[in-house]
Amino acid sequence: MESQKIKTGSLAAVLLLCLVPFLSSDYFTGIMAEILIFGIFAASLNLLVGYTGLVSLGHAAFFGVGAYTSSLVAIHLSANLFVSLISGLLVSLVAAGIVGFFCNRVSGFYFLMLTLAFSQMIYALVYRWGSLTGGDNGLSGVPKPTLAGGVALDSSSSLYFLILILFVLVMAGLRLFVRSPLGQILVGIRENETRMKSMGYNTTFYKNVSFVLAGGIGGIAGALYSYFNGFVSPKDIYWTMSGEVLIMVLIGGAGTLLGPVFGAAFIVILETIISSYTDLWMLIVGTTFILFVIFIPKGIVGLESVWRKSAKARAPVQTESPESVS
Amino acid sequence: MTKPAYQSATVTETPALRVEGLGKRFGGLEILKDLSFTIAKGERRAFIGPNGAGKSTLFNMIAGDLAPSCGEVTYFGENISRVPGYQRVRKGMVRTFQKNNLLNELTVQDNLLLVLQMKAGLEHVWYRPRLAKHFPDIYERADRLLETWGLADRRNAVVKNLSYGEQRQVEILLGIATEPRILLLDEPTAGMSNSETQYILRLLQQLPKDLTLLIIEHDMDVVFGLADRVTVLHNGGILLEGDPQAIQTDPRVYEIYFGQEGVL
Amino acid sequence: MDILAIQLVNGLSYGLLLFMITSGLSLIFGIMGVLNLAHGSLYMVGAYLALGITKHVAPSFFAALLLAPLLVALFSVILEVGLLRPTYRLGHLSQVLLTFGLAYVVHDLVRWIWGSSVQSLSIPASLGSSVELFGQTFPIYRLAVMGFGLIVAAAMWFFQEKTRWGAIIRAGLSNREMVGGLGINITVVFTVVFAIGGLLAGIGGVAAAPILGLFPGMEFEVLILALVILVVGGLGSITGTLAASMIIGVVDTFGKVMFPQLSLMIIFGLMALVLIVKPTGLLGKQVN
Repeated sequence: MESQKIKTGSLAAVLLLCLVPFLSSDYFTGIMAEILIFGIFAASLNLLVGYTGLVSLGHAAFFGVGAYTSSLVAIHLSANLFVSLISGLLVSLVAAGIVGFFCNRVSGFYFLMLTLAFSQMIYALVYRWGSLTGGDNGLSGVPKPTLAGGVALDSSSSLYFLILILFVLVMAGLRLFVRSPLGQILVGIRENETRMKSMGYNTTFYKNVSFVLAGGIGGIAGALYSYFNGFVSPKDIYWTMSGEVLIMVLIGGAGTLLGPVFGAAFIVILETIISSYTDLWMLIVGTTFILFVIFIPKGIVGLESVWRKSAKARAPVQTESPESVS
Repeated sequence: MTKPAYQSATVTETPALRVEGLGKRFGGLEILKDLSFTIAKGERRAFIGPNGAGKSTLFNMIAGDLAPSCGEVTYFGENISRVPGYQRVRKGMVRTFQKNNLLNELTVQDNLLLVLQMKAGLEHVWYRPRLAKHFPDIYERADRLLETWGLADRRNAVVKNLSYGEQRQVEILLGIATEPRILLLDEPTAGMSNSETQYILRLLQQLPKDLTLLIIEHDMDVVFGLADRVTVLHNGGILLEGDPQAIQTDPRVYEIYFGQEGVL
Repeated sequence: MDILAIQLVNGLSYGLLLFMITSGLSLIFGIMGVLNLAHGSLYMVGAYLALGITKHVAPSFFAALLLAPLLVALFSVILEVGLLRPTYRLGHLSQVLLTFGLAYVVHDLVRWIWGSSVQSLSIPASLGSSVELFGQTFPIYRLAVMGFGLIVAAAMWFFQEKTRWGAIIRAGLSNREMVGGLGINITVVFTVVFAIGGLLAGIGGVAAAPILGLFPGMEFEVLILALVILVVGGLGSITGTLAASMIIGVVDTFGKVMFPQLSLMIIFGLMALVLIVKPTGLLGKQVN
């Protein structure tokens, strides 16, 4: 049974992820936590790009709004995890609702332009509103989140488990959602919006649903990132961040559940390795991206099927693969 | 010969569709000028005319995919001129496309399920995968429709891998699955072989008698095999309207349509 | 009153500067179907090349104004032939993503070569003074930029409306297959169009450098404004782009003076308004 295999596989993966803080150094646990955070972020954008077919170049806006909101709440109001996380979620949902309303009035490259433009507007707002956001310096001294009773998640492993729990929740939720009737509507819009309209679907409404949902999950990722770092920088909201997350999605494989997570892992690990040699990170990531777009347009997950096909072609015994018949 | 259902109805019954003064201009070009006609419930009306007569533009405007420059569309007594296309579909005004316009990367069954899940009011379910074990009703309904339309064995085929004729069948099937009150068929048999055309014609003839049908068609076998009345469009206007027999023998039609195309 | 007139000139000259850059972007988008997200990068390269030329080659602004845009155009040709031409088969979206990857690469290269601090290009002495007009003093450089922008606008208009190449380009805007059907070598058209776009971006970069300064990141400030102008003006209309450029230039300039915190918000508010009232832009054609 296919779904049985998936269940066993995911369970094993989660167990393995649970062991990370016990078996490895804090440094490695930190890298894993960063991969999980960007995995959530990339998965949220994938809902938009991979499942709904809306290529956004401004997704960092919601990551940033989530990060700034929960940090500001944690600094000024309450460090309670639920208070700050839910504030971050709500404000990024609202921001996504407003931006989505405008961006979904147009389509194609106009959509791409508008998402980029709106995210840069939010960046400019954060940058200029220095009295609240710290401007260029960002916000530092974000307190570690606390649970009810004042228990602070201040060790790297407790924070790691918080991130892991949210990662598992988001991924499980997304898996359920994209296969549900509602999720299938988004896939239909990606495939052929005109047809969906002539089936009676108000496609603009569903595109907004997708946009808001993606923005909200992106906001959660941003909030987690601010807990993880203890500070927020305006770079988290800049176009380079939007680009980087899109690169993660596309490198990993858009429209697949795990692809963007692999993409996030690839980029985070690459950045960790590269940064000890050179600070020309954008040069490296840009070049990597260009190479992927040209040579591996389906991303890392697509690689697997290419590999399978060529493996089959090389195997002399199996002359006829079942897929090639149709 | 028995009278068609629509003629036996009382005169006072609300028409299924009334089009009044409908027109469309693109820039300085007038594609359709001041069209008016009425279609009774259960009527089967064919629209014929040479390419560029404005047939597809007319359908696009009736379906709400294209905003008219002027005029009104009334659907069972309700003025729907300002109603967006997707809401017209929900009211029961459904169209098929002249060029196959399907979800090419999905299977035939998944295409159909997207229609059926909405008819069953399940489109906002987000917490449960759309599998047969969770939603048996729409899967059964899909099976029945695929059976009727001779696509049962192609259920799990990805649409882009179907033959052209099969895709055409899916195109019509998606329209019918929406359970329309008015169905607009834009050249349903375009590009089909003779036997495929005959097959589709038989299926269309078996559609329920209270379904109002508007059909654009070039194949005269289909027109005469299906239509109660025929409207001839020419240069964006109505040239004439009448029984199939009358149309067939009218010299004006021969001149603009059959003469030009060289077929009869 | 003094301030008003001077700011108006500043706004209009800024607007015309933006027009030079946006018209190149619009040209490429309209004809090739590719939204060149590295267009701002070409603008930045133009500005930095001008800096390099005045420092190391010839200490003359005019030499830079002549040379730098040509070098940017050459760079554009290399990009088009080396990166875009071999990838047409991938489709427009992939090509747009390629230009985005390119923007990353160029950003870091510029930072690597010229550093990340803000630099400036000095105004040539002959344009450095002010002139008295209608009882007001105006900086000559701004007036020169304005005049130059108007010349470019007129040239663009003439080129598009009155020449054979313009006819091809307008045909390309409405029907890409038709251009091929006319027996015109579409590959050459694309390369030339991309070069013209690069040239315009380069000119914009040199002209803007003395006013706006040079720093890595300048490219996206300008790209964003160019995208806003495209959305506000509407695609495929030189007049629309020109009008939108002037409006954005003036609004941004006044906004910065009067509400320094909110100047970008005003521009985006304007864009949002246009999107609600007329999603195709002020003078745009119906886009399907």
